Amino acid sequence: MTTLLDILSWVLLTLGGLSILIGGIGALRMPDLYTRMHAASVTDSMGAILVLVGIMLQAGWSLATIKLIAVLLFLLLTSPTSSYALASAALLAGTRPFEESVQDDDEGQE
Amino acid sequence: MIVIFGIFLLTLLVITAIAIVRTDNLFVAVMLMGIASLLIAGNFFLLDAADVALTEAAVGAGISTVLFLSALALTSERERAKSSNKLLSLVVVAAAAMILIYATFDKPRFGDPGAPVQTHVAPWYLEKTPEYIDIPNVVTAVLGSFRGYDTLGEVFVVFTAGIGVLFLLGSGVPLGSLPQDKINEGLRHHLIPRVVGRVLIPFILLFGLYVQFHGEYGPGGGFQAGAIIAASIILFALLEGEQRALSVLSARVLLGLIAIGPLIYGAVGVAGILLGGNFLDYSVLSSNPVKGQQLGILLIEAGVGITVTGVLLSVFHAFAARGR
Repeated sequence: MTTLLDILSWVLLTLGGLSILIGGIGALRMPDLYTRMHAASVTDSMGAILVLVGIMLQAGWSLATIKLIAVLLFLLLTSPTSSYALASAALLAGTRPFEESVQDDDEGQE
Repeated sequence: MIVIFGIFLLTLLVITAIAIVRTDNLFVAVMLMGIASLLIAGNFFLLDAADVALTEAAVGAGISTVLFLSALALTSERERAKSSNKLLSLVVVAAAAMILIYATFDKPRFGDPGAPVQTHVAPWYLEKTPEYIDIPNVVTAVLGSFRGYDTLGEVFVVFTAGIGVLFLLGSGVPLGSLPQDKINEGLRHHLIPRVVGRVLIPFILLFGLYVQFHGEYGPGGGFQAGAIIAASIILFALLEGEQRALSVLSARVLLGLIAIGPLIYGAVGVAGILLGGNFLDYSVLSSNPVKGQQLGILLIEAGVGITVTGVLLSVFHAFAARGR
């Protein structure tokens, strides 16, 4: 049973780490702010959930698990809010999505 | 492992500091300052200074960011072109850095048990706290009782700073005199922050009270709790508009809070004299000296928390009122 839990937890931790890596690569490689935020949200959602559940399996039924659940709830509440605030602030500041900005550039050159 | 993590955090801190110096967008600089504070808080936590880490995270990353942003709202977002002599400032900074680096050569090694800080009064505090005060968090015992004079001084520093800001900026326009269209709506039209904020604010307040009254058993105390409670009310003000926050805790109430905190602290000290002890000697407050010490610490921490909440909220409202 413990071995099974261990394996499961490490699978989750590895998948979580991979998600965070993918999110990081996406945030570097994507063309504009909105797509970058989309990539970075993989870190916040999948990465955080998988890593935290993985650690919970390691911790077992203890106070640490309850604290981790609280951390997870807090992350699930705050990260969409901050993403929303960022996107909304970017839109207000006049950042346009990728395709339009390319068209703008083309018009500028012509 | 912890050393590696600490070096990692400090490296990030240096990178953040360079980025703050390099950017000429003040908005970006404020955000980076918040990140720097959070990194320092993480470092304090690694050094087992959880009380300081809590303060740094709440004040540095939370409230001072909001205060800087409200100050930025009154000025421009861009830094003005520098006209100063760059070479001269570089020489001054380099010389200061050299002196500081030279000064570190005389410091004891990190974690050295023979260092003066470990051999001076610290062992006495650690040894005598269970006997005299009997609370698990020695930091609170030192801060509240053994070094009660210092903490009284700190409370008066916060008090004076609050009064100074109010004198400079004014405590704001009275609510009734404001035209309807000038009333700040906050983020009321943004559904997601509003809903999430409403869910989180009660829990932040509850955590603030926990930090306040659990400070004798775990990390925390009046300074941290005051900052956390003020942060939750500032969050409310950002979400629901400043006027709604002022109608919950009006400027008069906040002024009262600023004054009541040091008064409670001083009154506890004077009560010690009247009951036959020394100023800020809590042992005489109860028939059992240990219980008296615990009661005294609880009271003065409450005074600290009230002052810090009042001052931080007043400063926030003073800045917000300038924008109107």
